[in-house]
Amino acid sequence: MNVHVDTAAPAPTRSKGEVLLKIDNVSLYFGGVKAITNISFDIMKGEIRAIIGPNGAGKTSMLNVINGFYHPQVGTITWRGEVRRKMKPFEAASQGIARTFQNVALFKGMTTLDNIMSGRTLAMRRNFLWQLIRFGPALEEEIAHRRRVEEIIDFLEIEHIRKTPVGRLPYGLQKRVELGRALAMEPELLLLDEPMAGMNLEEKEDMSRFIVDVNEQFGTTIALIEHDMGVVMDLSDRVVVLDYGKKIADGAPDEVKSNQDVIDAYLGVAH
Amino acid sequence: MTEAVTAAAGRTGVPKDGGSERHVPGSSVSGDDTFPKLLLRNARLRGLRPAVRKKDLGIWQTWTWEDVRDEIRDFSLGLMELGFAPGDKLAIVGANRPRLYWAMVAAQSLGGVPVPVYADSVAEEMAFVLEHAEVRFAMVEDQEQVDKLLSIADQVPLLEEIVYDEARGLRDYDHSRLHAFETVSAAGRDHRFANANAEADWMARLGKGQGCDLAVILYTSGTTGRPKGVMLSYDNLIISSENANAFDHLDETEETLAYLPLAWIGDYVFSIAQSYTAGYCVNCPESTETVLDDRREIGPTYFFAPPRVFEGLLTLIMVRMEDAGRTKKKMFDFFMEVARRSGEAILNGEPASFKDRLLYRLGEFLIYGPMKNRMGFSRLKVGYTAGEAIGPEIFRFYRALGVNLKQLYGQTEASVYIAMQPDGEIYGDTVGKPAPQVEIKIADSGEILYRGPGTFLGYYKDEAATAGTKTEDGWVHAGDAGFFTEDGHIKIIDRAKDVGRLSDGALFAPKYLENKLKFFPNIKEAVAFGDGRDMACVFINIDLTSVGSWAERNNVNYASYQELAAHPQVYEMIESHVDQVNRDLAGEPLMAGAQIHRFLILHKELDADDGELTRTQKVRRSFISERYGPLIEALYDGSTRKHVVTEVTFEDGRKGAIEADVEIRDMTIYPARGEGIREAAE
Repeated sequence: MNVHVDTAAPAPTRSKGEVLLKIDNVSLYFGGVKAITNISFDIMKGEIRAIIGPNGAGKTSMLNVINGFYHPQVGTITWRGEVRRKMKPFEAASQGIARTFQNVALFKGMTTLDNIMSGRTLAMRRNFLWQLIRFGPALEEEIAHRRRVEEIIDFLEIEHIRKTPVGRLPYGLQKRVELGRALAMEPELLLLDEPMAGMNLEEKEDMSRFIVDVNEQFGTTIALIEHDMGVVMDLSDRVVVLDYGKKIADGAPDEVKSNQDVIDAYLGVAH
Repeated sequence: MTEAVTAAAGRTGVPKDGGSERHVPGSSVSGDDTFPKLLLRNARLRGLRPAVRKKDLGIWQTWTWEDVRDEIRDFSLGLMELGFAPGDKLAIVGANRPRLYWAMVAAQSLGGVPVPVYADSVAEEMAFVLEHAEVRFAMVEDQEQVDKLLSIADQVPLLEEIVYDEARGLRDYDHSRLHAFETVSAAGRDHRFANANAEADWMARLGKGQGCDLAVILYTSGTTGRPKGVMLSYDNLIISSENANAFDHLDETEETLAYLPLAWIGDYVFSIAQSYTAGYCVNCPESTETVLDDRREIGPTYFFAPPRVFEGLLTLIMVRMEDAGRTKKKMFDFFMEVARRSGEAILNGEPASFKDRLLYRLGEFLIYGPMKNRMGFSRLKVGYTAGEAIGPEIFRFYRALGVNLKQLYGQTEASVYIAMQPDGEIYGDTVGKPAPQVEIKIADSGEILYRGPGTFLGYYKDEAATAGTKTEDGWVHAGDAGFFTEDGHIKIIDRAKDVGRLSDGALFAPKYLENKLKFFPNIKEAVAFGDGRDMACVFINIDLTSVGSWAERNNVNYASYQELAAHPQVYEMIESHVDQVNRDLAGEPLMAGAQIHRFLILHKELDADDGELTRTQKVRRSFISERYGPLIEALYDGSTRKHVVTEVTFEDGRKGAIEADVEIRDMTIYPARGEGIREAAE
């Protein structure tokens, strides 16, 4: 993996050096609680960007800000060069931001296929009446979407559970289905909230490979939150470290690893 | 027809004697004596019939024989552009995918030889095979295999070009010696467009191939020592396949599922040789995990599986039935009883009562039909099992359902077919009669020898091994011991080297006894002793799941394997099983002398961690006899109890010791009965 040592240095080969998303001095409060304080960083097109930090550091809040679930009281978010207004999550989704959740949030009673198909909802053009009669243009559209979904199923190697209700699947596979649903949106930016939590070593290796493959094959920009340091350092091009809602480091994995603030945040220091 | 006959007469390698009267009517040998020629024939005769299917993105994609010819032609022209020369070897590594099969025939059309390799073999083993076979080209499935080949590149200096099917993950690789299948095919196509006579040249080159040429090298997995490369000619494969097709009346309408390893002779014969000769369609599953579903969708008419596949399916059904509602379960039990009573008779066309016939019809509609559909056997014309002994109960279960399951005995060195069961002569404990044109004799040692059209050319670059296996007049040592039953069927008893004799000269085949014991669900493992001794005795391991559930139902308390194994009631139960085995043996003239005189139930489970089993769960006999020496002594010195201390290794590597008083029981020995084998098995 191409790892650059200095943030100011040219971006890695995969990145096109173009800023996809820029966070400027963003702060988020819940009443008196400061979830995020004055954070700035950017995500470049084509990179894998990790957001790490101890529990309660504000990582998930940060992700929720990016996909429009929370609205920061202060600061601006620039998406593809335009300052973003206050928007709802589905608007963010339709602009090309997809995500997975820390606790798998799939439709348990539906099959893998239907779950991933649901990721295509925003791309469906025909109204529900057309879909109901499932004829002519609606059928054509469904076939096109189904093809895309089948490609994802093939990509994630989950053919054997295509028709299995996801509630019956082991956790590691559910995570993979969730990734599939996010991919079905053909996002430009993919947000992964702890994609490897609760997995065993083999599942982690599989998932890491899928993340790298998604990035390489589809050119999808990925922002991920992860606790497993080994995974983060191996996968990501750049890492931003949060602690108590503040940014304490930002840079290449090696650089971040040797940063004293980061070490203190993780190992704890006498205050 | 005349033309075909003359062509056959001109062949080399066909035994002129002994085979002709057993030659099945209708098994004609066509003039097309190589697979590329058969490909052209099939494209000509049945060009629009399906030849290959592959499930891709959830949809079965079909290639007709014409499509396949075009694919193979363009790919071989592309291979030629890459420098593939006559005599070159093309390694094939990967799962059952159409392109991998096509690459084999493409190499053959250029006068080259495909060498399929086990895709899951470890890098060193693969390196050995590729180096030994002197492969210059490799056709692989995906990134995983590319990585494996690149990692052993320095041990395989001759390997030049690697072609892959699945591009995923390979984008950033150095492509100087790496090529996508599409790229190679496109190069071939361009070449064809640029040169008006490219296609004619290819056909001419293909036409030079002869039946006696080397068609394929298959490396035997080799449980002992290095793998050996079995060389098979087109004649070997094509004549054997045509015989097998005629034997079971297989034609171009058959459907099979290709799911067994490519490097295994069975897959080569079922998915290429028999398909090309009969013209039937081979279906490639979507992935290895989806085989069960894919089989149900395809409904193969011709199917092969090792016994464990049939065992697994049966278990799956039984487990599901345990969870089914009461009505369903009752129906299942009732109709299974009907099937057990007369299903096999009905399948064999033997007499059965009118009432049973009626009930069987109803059962077919309500139970058997839906069940066969679940298993993907609805359209099955004939299914084979081979490789090891199948439990008679399991075998009978499928036959009772109306599934025409048969057994065969085969080897790589024989192009599979040595013996097969003819319709109407199916017995659970034999492997059938000699295959068409195959001669079988039994050596004095009890070892089986065979000779036939499929008999291999030799081991690649291993004269010594060839000489050790194949005699000058073409007889091959099968390595298995067996005998002919009264009705001319062959019964395999054990590996020839394991077969011994008791001190009174009676035949002693340890695996034969062990398998008989292991067919009882309560017995997990058995180890028989007796070679050079005055009687046969066994160690038994009970099956904790099966005996455990029995204990639960019968209020037998136990805290550990050791306690359950020593329980008097468990001993009673195992004693009745051993007694049953002895009764069976008494009915088999050759085996009656090897009845089990004494047995004991081991105080611990045999375990691979302790070195008692191999990693593939096979018993390591010599190691066990060393480790449990005192127990064996006790078996033979007449004592009824023995105190032992055994060291064990726990899963985390710690060592410990278990102590036990092991009970030894004497068994009743039955006088040998002269009756046939089948009555004894009842």
